[in-house]
Amino acid sequence: MPSPRSFRLFRTTAFKLTGIFLAVFTIFAVFLIGTIASNMNAILETQMGAAVDSELRAMTLQYQAGGMPLLTRVIEFRSRQPGASLYFATDSAGKRIAGNVETVPVAILDQAGSDAQVVPYMWRDEQGSQRSHTALVRVVQFPDGVRVLVGRDVSERDALIRVVQRSLILTVALMLILGVIAWIFVSRRVLKRIDSIAETSQRFVAGDLAGRLEVTGTGDEFDRLAESLNTMLARIERLMLGLKQVSDNIAHDLKTPLTRMRNRVERALAQGRSEPEYRDALHATIEEADQLIRTFNALLLIARAEAGAPATEFADFDAARVARDVLELYEPVAEEAGVTLRIESAGPIMVRANRELVSQALANLVDNAIKYADEGNEKPEVTISVSEDKGVATFRVADNGAGIAEADRPRVTERFVRLEESRSKPGAGLGLSLVSAVAQLHGGKLELSDNAPGLAAILTVPGAASGRAG
Amino acid sequence: MEAGYPNTMRILVIEDDRETANYLVKALGEAGHVADSAYDGESGFELAAGEGYDVLVVDRMLPKRDGLSLITELRSSGNRVPVLILSALGQVDDRVTGLRAGGDDYLPKPYAFSELLARVEVLGRRSAPKEAETVYRVADLELDRLARKVHRGGDPIILQPREFRLLEYLMKNAGTVVTRTMLLEKVWDYHFDPQTNVIDVHMSRLRAKIDKGFDRALLHTVRGSGYVMRDDA
Repeated sequence: MPSPRSFRLFRTTAFKLTGIFLAVFTIFAVFLIGTIASNMNAILETQMGAAVDSELRAMTLQYQAGGMPLLTRVIEFRSRQPGASLYFATDSAGKRIAGNVETVPVAILDQAGSDAQVVPYMWRDEQGSQRSHTALVRVVQFPDGVRVLVGRDVSERDALIRVVQRSLILTVALMLILGVIAWIFVSRRVLKRIDSIAETSQRFVAGDLAGRLEVTGTGDEFDRLAESLNTMLARIERLMLGLKQVSDNIAHDLKTPLTRMRNRVERALAQGRSEPEYRDALHATIEEADQLIRTFNALLLIARAEAGAPATEFADFDAARVARDVLELYEPVAEEAGVTLRIESAGPIMVRANRELVSQALANLVDNAIKYADEGNEKPEVTISVSEDKGVATFRVADNGAGIAEADRPRVTERFVRLEESRSKPGAGLGLSLVSAVAQLHGGKLELSDNAPGLAAILTVPGAASGRAG
Repeated sequence: MEAGYPNTMRILVIEDDRETANYLVKALGEAGHVADSAYDGESGFELAAGEGYDVLVVDRMLPKRDGLSLITELRSSGNRVPVLILSALGQVDDRVTGLRAGGDDYLPKPYAFSELLARVEVLGRRSAPKEAETVYRVADLELDRLARKVHRGGDPIILQPREFRLLEYLMKNAGTVVTRTMLLEKVWDYHFDPQTNVIDVHMSRLRAKIDKGFDRALLHTVRGSGYVMRDDA
């Protein structure tokens, strides 16, 4: 049962990836902004501290030079400057002398000489309303007990840090929102494509061999995947059709002789004749069975050659020698059929191939040529020629018989295909299929062309090395 | 020697399909031989190692111990009994591995019994001293293997090199039926089946050279099987 779409969204790769990226970017953003904030804080604090220190140093000098009156004047003057610091001075008894601060807790004043400290204070503006502020203050005590406090308001710094904090929160929130949107978008899109792939595959499995995956044309990874899967599906379809065709043909071409055989045996049994007649019937049966076995073997061989035999069976041999051997094998048959069988070859042509299969392919071609050379011809001739060009060995078997009409040529290499004109000749229609399969196995080709008159079958086998004598 | 029934051989059939094994035992018996059977690799090995068989017929795929390892073990213990391997794997490389394991001949399934019988009989003859002979004789036909000359009744017969090898093989196995496939394998070194029966034409040519003009035919066609070189008189 398919789970609801919302649940499936969480199980997508996009969800996991979005989660991981969100986490990584959040950590990164927090770290970045945190670092900026803390550095900024440190810099501002140092600057303020330095400003407070320099003011205190100046006041110390002025006190030493002009005593209390000068100090009071300086403090009054500085207090009136725009953006002034905080000032507060007491005499040795702790009584306020000058400054723009009303009171300072004694505890703070007692910290004289120590490092700058951050303290809260109340700020009263022109309208008289009070606001709580913080300040960085430092206190010095002169030898006669006079104490001076200088401080700077740090609200500005705090505000700055608050801005940074707000932007951090905003950034993370925005990232979360965008992340979720991206996740939903990517997941839905990916899910849609994947669902379409799964759907098409299932239809294919269910038997719709013509079904293909959708290619959107954007050239993205899904398109590339769909394209290669489509190539695979096309190959599967071709193989399936081939298989179906073969099994149909097997059903036809093997069932017919089997039926014939069965009928013959049945008839022999039913008619109850003499022993020699039984013998004849049995011999004929055996011959038919042998023919069936031969057909099976040929089919197996073709299947194996088409599947591609391991290259370990490849050996170096002389193609011209193979051709001469085949000629020698067929020479008596040709003579009996009144066909002149000739060979044209120049020297040894070494090839690396499967000798057995190449021999058989060539034998099939010669066999065919002899069978069909005598059609409507006074001087039937079959010529085998072997040549080599750019590492490709070529066997050409040409006859001067009736040939094959151009339209029929592609068809005759298929299994069990027998042209009407050849039905009267012996054979199962597997000869050229095997040659074609052997050519394919070696990466070569079988071409049928017009010999005007007659047919020229050309078998090419790559892997030849010219000049290497054998 | 009775025509068609050469020396009786003791044959062991190691085949896991009982029906096939029993059929082979029966058919070999009818052909004049004494055959036993074993249905798995282990009992087959024990029988083969213990008894003195002339030929073993071994299926490649057997329960308990596969055919090839059985043969390898027999060979390593010094047993040279000729072995015919039967296999559903009929490809060239399977044949090569089978022969490399120590088999003497290889017959892919499905096979005709006549083919199997002919191969078994030829294998069984290997123990006969024929191999060492330099001159083969059948009636008045004489083949000199060293001089590569053939005479019949004292008259020389001119043969092509391939015809000579064909006759040599037939005479070496005189009295035993050889099949077309065997001739194609042993004389031409082809392991495939030519569509047209090219062998028959070669045989009729050879027959014309050695039998024509003589009262007694020596080269006989055995219907459904192959050929035999035999002096019928």
